[in-house]
Amino acid sequence: MFDLDRWHEIFITISRNKLRSFLTAFGVFWGIFMLIVLIGGGNGLGNLISGQIEGITTNSCYIWNGRTSEAYKGFRKGRWWTISNRDIKIIKSNVKDIEEISPIIMPWSPTTDNAVRGEKKGTFSVQGTYPNFNKVYIHKIKFGRYLNDIDLQEHRKVCVIGSRVYETLFNRGEDPTGHDIRVDGIYYKVVGVGDGNEDMNISGDTRETITIPFTVMQKLYNYGENVDMFVIMAKPHVAVSELQEQTETILKANHDIAPYDKQAINSFNIEARFQQIGFLLLGVNILAWIVGFGTLFAGIIGVSNIMMVTVRERTQEIGIRRAIGAKPSSIMTQIMSESFAITAIAGFLGISFAVLILQMVDVGLDAGGNGTSVFQISFVTSVVAALIIIILGTLAGLGPAFRAMKIKPIEALSEE
Amino acid sequence: MPKIIKLKNINKTYYNGAPLHVLKGIDIEINRGEFVSIMGSSGSGKSTLLNILGILDNYDTGEYYLNDVLIKNLSETRAAYFRNKLIGFVFQSFNLISFKNAMENVALPLYYQKTGRKTRNKTALEYLDKLGLKEWAYHMPNELSGGQKQRVAIARALISKPQIILADEPTGALDSKTSAEVLDVLKKVNETGMTMIIVTHESGVANQTNKIIRLKDGIIESVEDNSEHNFSSFGIQNIK
Repeated sequence: MFDLDRWHEIFITISRNKLRSFLTAFGVFWGIFMLIVLIGGGNGLGNLISGQIEGITTNSCYIWNGRTSEAYKGFRKGRWWTISNRDIKIIKSNVKDIEEISPIIMPWSPTTDNAVRGEKKGTFSVQGTYPNFNKVYIHKIKFGRYLNDIDLQEHRKVCVIGSRVYETLFNRGEDPTGHDIRVDGIYYKVVGVGDGNEDMNISGDTRETITIPFTVMQKLYNYGENVDMFVIMAKPHVAVSELQEQTETILKANHDIAPYDKQAINSFNIEARFQQIGFLLLGVNILAWIVGFGTLFAGIIGVSNIMMVTVRERTQEIGIRRAIGAKPSSIMTQIMSESFAITAIAGFLGISFAVLILQMVDVGLDAGGNGTSVFQISFVTSVVAALIIIILGTLAGLGPAFRAMKIKPIEALSEE
Repeated sequence: MPKIIKLKNINKTYYNGAPLHVLKGIDIEINRGEFVSIMGSSGSGKSTLLNILGILDNYDTGEYYLNDVLIKNLSETRAAYFRNKLIGFVFQSFNLISFKNAMENVALPLYYQKTGRKTRNKTALEYLDKLGLKEWAYHMPNELSGGQKQRVAIARALISKPQIILADEPTGALDSKTSAEVLDVLKKVNETGMTMIIVTHESGVANQTNKIIRLKDGIIESVEDNSEHNFSSFGIQNIK
């Protein structure tokens, strides 16, 4: 029931005190604007982070050696120890909830221009892993395939190269599979190229890494039985932290490390890290909602307040209207509609403006790449925001409307 | 003669602190088309009586028939409906809505009857024309003189074609010349058959009416026929 007359009345009363209406409306505008922008910011942060950790399996843990900090069984403290193939086997057979385990060899700092193909060369890190490392850290493969078990068993000199390696050693669009490259003086056949968008560094930037079978690496780089580090991945619904404890107990027993030694074994628990990130994002989002809603609420209370003042100022006018036949309900609808109109107009402007700003940030940063939105709120969120505005606007008018309704014509008219 | 207003033993007590028995059994009958004034000093209960007549206030005991309808314990909504349909108010302080022009003020009762905007404004212009204010239709109340404002208020009271007009000190805020003009207007309205009740404490005003009801301390002191308009007793003229 759209009543043009009523809206005309509302427009007149709102525009009667333009500055006050504007300031009141601005409170609501700013409130919803803040709410949307903060939610968008929180979402954007989440999207950016999850974009960076794409491909990393969360229930995994990297473990490597360190120096003992406690004297134990006749060994002095400060002793170096090394993980060996035997440890991997024992852990694999004793810790039953391990889904995958992959030893990794990853020498520090490669020599300059260690990777060569014809005239092209570049400096890249080399790592040796099991094929199942790809299940722990999922690499997107652009060309060819990842390492497989036969590569490992037959000690094939093959490699998977990161996208930057490909860009440096190959021409754009060239299929590198089957071609040889020389790394640290030894020729390997390229079997695959990673499409790495991954930015998170666990075992070096995968885009600048050449991955070869673990067994090949151990032999050619004179590692003997030694292992730099290994990664374990838990079975679904098993916390990797538990497995980490079991694994460390085995390692300590094997290497005569004191059970209470806290520094001998280094680890990087992705799960724990992810929880931290998760809590951080949750915190950011909660903060966004609290601050945003607080601001919006302050705005709404402002509307309610001003409507109270308005009702008070208009006591006589309302009394006149009542005397000449305005029903209490029509006075009530009038006040509520005014509050609603101010809130709705300001609120919808606020939503639109916030969406515009978020869109500008998205376009300006192009953070998602290919124009995908990172910060922009979803359509559903904006509809919910609009509904919130409508509900709050109506509620804001409720108190003042009831007060207006209670105005008795005689009292109002006797007030000069 | 058909009675438009029948009051039977109306009592009204205010309970603000000490109980104040304002109206102590009022019986009044007013015929359709009468021109009546209610006189009394301040505190006599005349304003309360007017509020009850105008369905702006409730009474405690008794019966009030307006146009043969018992007006008692009405809901606010019902009261608003009757005020809109049956009663036209004229106030001492005009009570025009300051941010609406003369025409819109006059049209307001029709707004609450859900009359369309065009019809409303057209009718309002007709009534303003009748009261000689056509050129002032688009002026705001603060641009009008007191007399003009009161004529706008009268037009507003008339537009809903009520059964009675209640005027509360209609000349109280006007000088004697404009008072005479306004009274003239009210008289002319009465001549068209409209029942008119004026509350006043000015005997000069009361003298223009055809019947004077005198109120004192909440009871009716006297009801005098004044069709000859030679009222003077207890009036200011008499004291001179």
